[in-house]
Amino acid sequence: MKLASKAPTTMIRAVVFTLLSALFLAGSLALAPSASAEEETTGTDLESNLVVSGSLIADGVKLSGVSVRVVGADIDETVESDSEGKWAVPVPIKADYTITLDLSTLPAGVELVDTAASQLNVKESDWLTSTATRNFRFVGAAVETASVTDQFLQRLVAGLIFGSLLALASVGLSLIFGTTGLSNFAHGEAVTLGGITAWVAGTIFGMPFPVVILIGLAVGALSGFLQNQFLWTPLRNRGTKIVQMMIVSIGLSIVIRYIYLFFIDGTTKSYTGGLSGVIAIGPVRLTQGSLLTFFMAIGVLVLFALFLTRTRVGRATRAVSDNISLAEASGIDSGKIIQIVWILGSSLAALGGILLALYRQVSWSMGFEILLLIFAAVTLGGLGSAYGALLGSFVVGILVELSSLVLPPDLKYASALFLMIIVLIFRPQGILGTKQRVG
Amino acid sequence: MDFQNILFNALNEILSPTTAAYALAAMGLAVHFGYTGLLNFGQAAYMLVGSYAFAIATISGWPFFAAVALSITLSLLLTVILGIPTLRLRADYLAIVTIGAAEILRYIVTTTGMTEITGASEGLIGFKGTFESLNPIPVGTYDLGLIVINEYDLWLRITGWTLVALVAVLLFLLMRSPWGRVLKGIREDEDAVRSLGKNVFVLKMQALAIGGVLGSLAGILFVLPRSVQPGNYATTLTFFIWTILLLGGAATILGPILGAMTFWVILSLTQGILFGLVDSGIIGFMSVTQVGQIRFMLVGLLLMLLVIYRPQGILGNKKEMSFGV
Repeated sequence: MKLASKAPTTMIRAVVFTLLSALFLAGSLALAPSASAEEETTGTDLESNLVVSGSLIADGVKLSGVSVRVVGADIDETVESDSEGKWAVPVPIKADYTITLDLSTLPAGVELVDTAASQLNVKESDWLTSTATRNFRFVGAAVETASVTDQFLQRLVAGLIFGSLLALASVGLSLIFGTTGLSNFAHGEAVTLGGITAWVAGTIFGMPFPVVILIGLAVGALSGFLQNQFLWTPLRNRGTKIVQMMIVSIGLSIVIRYIYLFFIDGTTKSYTGGLSGVIAIGPVRLTQGSLLTFFMAIGVLVLFALFLTRTRVGRATRAVSDNISLAEASGIDSGKIIQIVWILGSSLAALGGILLALYRQVSWSMGFEILLLIFAAVTLGGLGSAYGALLGSFVVGILVELSSLVLPPDLKYASALFLMIIVLIFRPQGILGTKQRVG
Repeated sequence: MDFQNILFNALNEILSPTTAAYALAAMGLAVHFGYTGLLNFGQAAYMLVGSYAFAIATISGWPFFAAVALSITLSLLLTVILGIPTLRLRADYLAIVTIGAAEILRYIVTTTGMTEITGASEGLIGFKGTFESLNPIPVGTYDLGLIVINEYDLWLRITGWTLVALVAVLLFLLMRSPWGRVLKGIREDEDAVRSLGKNVFVLKMQALAIGGVLGSLAGILFVLPRSVQPGNYATTLTFFIWTILLLGGAATILGPILGAMTFWVILSLTQGILFGLVDSGIIGFMSVTQVGQIRFMLVGLLLMLLVIYRPQGILGNKKEMSFGV
């Protein structure tokens, strides 16, 4: 019972660890070329949720990386369309805006129907909801001028970034499964929580990126703590079966998701963190935000791996995940470990959500949309194995992005789910899972 | 607030064709989960296969019963594809694979490359003709007491609820047969059944097939009053059916029917009352859309509370309700 008596210290250590890693991030960010100063001058620190947005689609092809400039009502902001061809600029008030398309950033082969019409207007009277959508009309399909290798590299990098985001969410899910046996369907909502926090703190209140990260981690940790304290622990104590808990998590996921929708409505929001500048590395073009996302995710995952292998609490966590009865017999307080796992898992997922907001956009169902990919990653790697989840995430991330080289983009998520099913047939324990008798 | 109208609307849900479709889908899930213990989280996939196969076949000129037969055949094919890899694995793998397969199918019917066949995100219309031409009821309006409906709606309700009743009788007979008792045995203790020399894999496969066929028939019934919309077959549909099943009682014949009726009456009542409250300004800060979202929160909450406090549902017997793992 030596460890058990130390339980409060273990708790404190976990919290300290979370905070330390957050500080580390914040520190590394302060050094990075943060655009918070730039933001003040362009005035995106808004207290509204109004958005001017649109989709750039030419003959079914989504145009990414095209510059769009929005001018009016004290703002002058240039953004790039994301991988879905979407762009959005938050604006302060319902007023007149001019949207200008930078023709030089269009892919080769794509032109406007009317080349003179590179400007669109939003009138004050056009604002019926909080979103004003304007779409440009194009002719011609994007001729892929990039060579096959270049395309491959671009996709591979995108896959690595997406994989690192998935990994943040899936290590938590995997540890929760490992320690409690629960397939937590509400984990996607933990991701969304991070995204919404980023939008509220960053876009609405205009806080600088490091502060946004700290708030996101804190909100995530708190939600994990509350969930475990007031829902999952009481359920475990009642002797609720694992399948019952899984269905409870489905119910919880529905409740939370619609609470989000209730408060932030169904439109997509954007959070750029002022990091939308483009960096070109050889043939690969990415935004500052995406690059930062990748390195932050990797940094946190390395810290997390060190936590699991080098600290007492981390080793205890792995012990509980491996065999809860044996761990308890050797004096580990499994209740405390499970609490730590919930706190860490939820804050990692929230961090994933913030970075996903930066990488794509914020919506009420952003986490639920990638939930099955997270499950696929965890299952692929081996249920309950944290490193497996890590590996699985990169496999899924890269596959999702690479598959769009051969498959239509709207089938890219399907490819990952398909791979998951195939792997389950031939290697049900996953890539890194330990073989056990099943069925 | 017009309480009479709200109540009428709610009572009207009891015998609506959509309620019948949900009841049928939930009966299929009862065979899977309630009687055999299979965690099928892809009932939406069976409904999708049923709806699309029926609609596509009908649009390309197949007669009614041929289109229904195609739906059934394809749902059996889906059972083979899903069942062979997963039924030998641990129970929760089936859950993950079925939910994944349902989403894959939804992505496939929604992809723009399939627009010619599935209508992509637009969905499909114009497949009601063959069903309408079988209608023996003369054209006109019919007063059912609560509402007045046309001959198509009446024909649809009669067909739908007759089908539900027939399936209920069939399941009742099946589940009290020796075959049905073995299924319950698998639910309680798979290894014990195996040690008695039963081929558990084949039995599970049969259960999955029967529940799947019911799911695909539910899919047909589900689209006959409306158009085929790919968005309807998201995971939410499966979760609704689970809520209905657990509400009524998983291991019962009448539970899914009672569950579907109760579920839709509750949804209709809450909508009516909340809309009334918004209109009368009591909760005027909410918009009508937000009221719709509150109903989904209630569904989620209902699911959680049911599973925690009354896992056997309204009609079930606590001893029969085993959540396996």
